[in-house]
Amino acid sequence: MLYREAGDFKTSYAADAQTFPLAFDRWGYWVLLALAALVVPFVVNDYWANALLIPFLIYAIAALGLNILTGYCGQVSLGTGGFMAVGAYSSYKLMTAFPWMDMVSVTLLSGLVTAGVGLLFGLPSLRIKGFYLAVATLAAQFFLVWLFNRVPWFYNYSASGQISAPERELFGLVLTGPNAASAVQYLFCLAIVIALAWFARNLTRGTVGRKWMAIRDMDIAAEIIGVNPLRAKLSAFAISSFFVGISGALFFTIYLGAVEVNSAFGIQKSFLILFMVIIGGLGSIFGSFAGAAFLVLLPVVLKLVGVDLLGWPTTIVAHLQLVVVGGLIIFFLVVEPHGLAQLWRLTKEKLRLWPFPH
Amino acid sequence: MKTLTTLTAAATMAAAPALADLVIPDLSYRTGPYAAGGIPFSDGYQDYFTLLNERDGGIGGVPIRLIECETAYDTEKGVECYEATKDEGALVYQPLSTGITYQLIPKTAADGIPMHTMGYGRTSAANGEVFNNIFNYPANYWDGASVAINYLLDENDGSLEGKDIALVYHNSAYGKEPIRTLEALAAKHGFILSQLAVDHPGQEQRSTWVQIRQQRPDYVIMWGWGVMNQVAIQEAANIRFPMENFIGNWWAGAEHDVSPAGMAADGYLSLNMNTVDPELPVFDEIREHVIGSGEAAGDGSHVGSVLYTRGMYAAMLAAEAIRKAQEIHGEADITAAMMRDGMEALTMTEERMLELGAPGIGPVFSVSCENHGGSGQALVQRWNAAEGVFEPITGFISPDEEVIVPLVEEDSLAYAAENGIEPGCA
Amino acid sequence: MPETFLFATEVALNGLMAGVMYSLVALGFVLIFKASGIFNYAQGVMALFAAMTLVGIQQGQVPFAHAINATFGTDIHNFGWQAPALLAILLTVGVMIALAWAVNRYIFRHLVNQEPIILFMATIGLAYFLEGIADLMWGSEIKRLDVGLPQGINTWIDETTFTIFGYGFFIDNLDIVAAIIAALLVAGLVAFSQYTKQGRALRAVADDHQAALSVGISLNFIWVLVWSIAGFVALVAGIMWGAKSGVQFSLSLIALKALPVLMLGGFTSIPGAIVGGLIIGVGEKLFEFCFGIGQCFGGFINLGGATENWFAYVLALAFLVFRPQGLFGEKIIERV
Repeated sequence: MLYREAGDFKTSYAADAQTFPLAFDRWGYWVLLALAALVVPFVVNDYWANALLIPFLIYAIAALGLNILTGYCGQVSLGTGGFMAVGAYSSYKLMTAFPWMDMVSVTLLSGLVTAGVGLLFGLPSLRIKGFYLAVATLAAQFFLVWLFNRVPWFYNYSASGQISAPERELFGLVLTGPNAASAVQYLFCLAIVIALAWFARNLTRGTVGRKWMAIRDMDIAAEIIGVNPLRAKLSAFAISSFFVGISGALFFTIYLGAVEVNSAFGIQKSFLILFMVIIGGLGSIFGSFAGAAFLVLLPVVLKLVGVDLLGWPTTIVAHLQLVVVGGLIIFFLVVEPHGLAQLWRLTKEKLRLWPFPH
Repeated sequence: MKTLTTLTAAATMAAAPALADLVIPDLSYRTGPYAAGGIPFSDGYQDYFTLLNERDGGIGGVPIRLIECETAYDTEKGVECYEATKDEGALVYQPLSTGITYQLIPKTAADGIPMHTMGYGRTSAANGEVFNNIFNYPANYWDGASVAINYLLDENDGSLEGKDIALVYHNSAYGKEPIRTLEALAAKHGFILSQLAVDHPGQEQRSTWVQIRQQRPDYVIMWGWGVMNQVAIQEAANIRFPMENFIGNWWAGAEHDVSPAGMAADGYLSLNMNTVDPELPVFDEIREHVIGSGEAAGDGSHVGSVLYTRGMYAAMLAAEAIRKAQEIHGEADITAAMMRDGMEALTMTEERMLELGAPGIGPVFSVSCENHGGSGQALVQRWNAAEGVFEPITGFISPDEEVIVPLVEEDSLAYAAENGIEPGCA
Repeated sequence: MPETFLFATEVALNGLMAGVMYSLVALGFVLIFKASGIFNYAQGVMALFAAMTLVGIQQGQVPFAHAINATFGTDIHNFGWQAPALLAILLTVGVMIALAWAVNRYIFRHLVNQEPIILFMATIGLAYFLEGIADLMWGSEIKRLDVGLPQGINTWIDETTFTIFGYGFFIDNLDIVAAIIAALLVAGLVAFSQYTKQGRALRAVADDHQAALSVGISLNFIWVLVWSIAGFVALVAGIMWGAKSGVQFSLSLIALKALPVLMLGGFTSIPGAIVGGLIIGVGEKLFEFCFGIGQCFGGFINLGGATENWFAYVLALAFLVFRPQGLFGEKIIERV
C-alpha cells in the first residue's frame, strides 16, 4: 500500500536515472544511513561492533570488489584472500615505515598497491576463461600467501611472522590498536563503505560498467562492437583489487589488529567471499551487502539461538550451523537461483502491486 | 541434558545477579581441521571445573560457571567468542591457539583480563614485566626446543658436534616459534640445523620425507599440529626413519597423532609438560563425580589421554590461581584483576599436586612478576604402540636458560618498544 | 651416477605416485562436470563423508549418537559389532548411491537449465550441508581407517635399485596400490562408457542434453548414475587418503590438490585427469626439490621450501596460457 510509484513523477533525465527511482526507496535509504551513522554508534556495545558490524562492513567491501570482477565483468576469481593479504601487509608496512601517515591515506594507498598486484594477476584473464580462470587465480592466492609467510621483510622480521597493528589516531580519536573505541572503528569502516559503495554504483552504471557487462555477457560480441577487452578486463581486475585491498587493510588494522597470513587470508577466505557474492546476487551492489550479511550474521545468529537460547552443546550447534547454512543456500537457490538480490527485487515487484496482484 | 541444566542454572543466575560465580570461558574447538586435538583438551579443562563444582561446590564456596564457545581454531570466531564472553566477568582465557592468542594479547591487556597460554602462544610473554597479564607457565616453545636439544645432548654424552638435526615445522606462526632458539642452540653446540616447512594442512608431505630419507639427518624434531602430525608419523614410518630419533613437541605427541600409523609408530618420542598416567586419583574422582553423574563435557572416552590430562592440568593451574587470588585478596568472588595477582603468585609444589590427587603431574615451579613462564621443564615420553600409551622415559628436564633468557628479553623488549609499553612490575 | 640425479629421480618417481593420488580426487570432478556441466565443489567433502561413513560402519558406530545423547540424555555409542571391511565398503557404496539420488531429487532436478555458476553455488551449499551432517553423524574426532591396505616402503624396489644404482629408491606400497586401483578405475570407467548401454547413454548426455532426451534417455537416471559413480570415486579417494592420515576434517581439503590437476588436464577429460595429475605431481615435487629446498645446480636458487601448493597452480597456469581449455579439454569454439 505504501510502496507506490504513483504520483512520483520524474521531470529530468537525472531524476529518471537515479539509483532509487521510488521515493519510498530513497527515503528508506536515507533513513537507514542516518540510523547507521547517527544512532548505531551510540548504542552498540563492543560485542555488536567487533563481532558483527565491523566484520560485516569489511566483508561487504570485499564482496563489492569481487562483485565488480565476477558479477559485472564475468571473471570468476578465487584470489580474493591473497589480495586481501596484499592490502593488509601493505598497510602494515606503511604504518610501520611512515608512522606519521594518517589512516585514510594508509588505507587508500594499500588499496592502490593491491590494485597494482591485481592488475598483474589479471593478465592471464586475457587468455583464460570461466572456471579455468578461477583456478588460475588460485595461483595468485597460494603464491601471495606463501610469499608473505616466506619473506621476513613483510613482517618486519618478527619471530613468528605475525603482524600486529600499532596504535594510530584519526582526528584525535584512537582508531587502531586495543584501546580504540569500537564506535570509532565502526564509523571509520562505515564511512569507507559508503564512499566505496557510492563509487561502485556510479562506476557500474557508467561507461566503464557497461563495458564490463558487455564483456561478461559475451566477450567476442563486445569486442566487435568496440569494447577493448584488454582495458575492460584489466580495469575490472584493478578496481576490484582496489576494493579488496582496502577491505584487507581494514580487516587487519581495524577488525583483527593482529593477523597471520595463513589463517586470516587463506583459501577459505577466497571461497567465503565468492560465496557471499554468489549468494547475494551477481552484478548487484545490494547483493554484495546481502551476501556479506547472510554469511557473517547467520552463523552468529544460529549460535545465539542454539547455544544461548536452546542450550545445546557447542559441538552440535557448530555442526548444525553448517547443515543449516548449506540447507539455506540450497533452499534459496531452488526458490530463486539469482541470489538474495533477485529475491529482493521480486519482493519489491510484488509489493508494488500488493494487494492487487494483477 | 547436562548443558540444559547448566543453562537453567545460568539462567537462574542471570535472574539473580547477586549470586556470585567464577566465570571461566572455554574457547574450544570441537569442529574444523584441529578438532582432534581440541576435543580432549576441552573435555579435560571443563571436567576438572565440573569436578570442583560437584565435589566441593566450587572454589572457596563460590561455584564456577563455564561458558563454552566454539572457535573452530579460527581467529575471527575467537574474537567473536572473546567479545561475547568478556563482559560476563571472565577470569582467564585459555584459547589453545597461537593465532587467537596473538589476537587477544593486546585486547586482554586493554581489558585487564589475564590469559593463560599453556605451552603455546607468544613465547616472550614469559617476560611478565612487558606482558603483565599473559602467562605461559609451566613451559613455552623455546623451553621445549631447548629441552629437546638437552635430551639429545644427554643421549650423545654431552656433545652434538657435527650432528644433523632437521626441524619439520608447521608453516605458521606456531611452527616458526622454535627456529630462533634452535638456531642459537645450533651455534652453541655446533650441530647443523636444517628446516623443512610443511604448509597447512599438511596432508601431503611426501617431498619433505623423501628429502629426510636422502639427507639422513641424525634427528628430526617436529613442531606440528593437526593432520600434519599423523601424516608425518606415517611417512616417517614409511621411510623407516628410526622412531627413537624422531621427537615431536608437546602438541605433536597425543594418542590420536600416532594411532593412525598403528604399530609402525612404536617408539615415537615426544615432549610433554605433564606426565601421563590414567591411574591418577583425580581421574577416579572425575570418573565418579563427573562422568558417573552424566555431567561430562564429552563422552568421557578421553579421560587420562595426553591432551585430556593437559586440559585438566590447565584447569588445575587455573583453579589453584583462583585459590591463591582468594587468599591474597581475602575475597571469594574474585575479579579478573585479582585473578591476575593470583596467577602471578602461583606456586606448584610436590605436596600440593599430591593433595590435588595428581602427584607429579607437572614440574615444580613458581610464578613471579618477572617470570610468567614457570620452570620451563618438560619431559620426554615414548609411544608404546602395543599398550597404546605414552610412557615417560625421562624426568623433567630443564631448558638452557643461558640461551633462552636473552632471547625472551630481546623479543619482549622489541614488543614493548613497538607498542609503547613501559616494562616494569606493578 | 651422480647422487643428485639419483635423488631427483627418486623425487620424480614419488611425484608420479603423488600425482596418482591427486588424479583419484580429480576423476570425481571430471565425471560430474562432463555429464552435467556441474563443477562439483563438494567432491572433497564427499570423500570425507564416504570415508567417515566407511569407518563408522566398520566400527559399528551409532549414527548421530552425539546428538541423540545430548537430546535424550542417553549414553549410546556403539552397536557393539565390527563389520568386515568388504561389507562396510559395500554398505558405504549404498549410502553414496542414496546420497546421489537425494542430491538429484532435491537439488539438481530443481535447477535444470541454470547457469554453471548457479549449479556451482548449489554444490557449495551441498558441501556445507554434507560436512555438517558427516560431523553430526559420526563425530569430529579423528578415526583410524584400516581396510587392510599395505603401507610403508616397498622393499623389493628398494633392494633392486640398491643393487643397480647403489641407492635404494623409496616407493610407498600404498601408492603402488593407489596406482593400480586408479588404473583399474579408469579402465573400468572407459569400458563402462564404451561398451554398456548406460555408458553410451551417459556419453550421449554429455554431448547434448536435449538430443539425448529426445531419443528417450532419462536424464534423471543418468545424473543419479553419474553422481553415484562420483560418490564411488570419492570413496576410493577417501580410503586412499584416509589410510595416510586418518579420517578427519582435513580430508575434505584434498579437493584443493585436485584443482590444478583439473585445470591442466581439462575439466572434461578422464585421461586428462590422470595425465594432469602425473604432470602436477612430478612438477611440484621436482620444483620443491630443485628450487624449493635448493638441491639442484649447487643450490643456487633456494626459496625456502613449502612451494608445492602454489607451484602446482603456476605450472597449470603456464600450460593454460598455451592451451586455454587444458591439455585434453574440448576445444572452445566461440561464435557470436
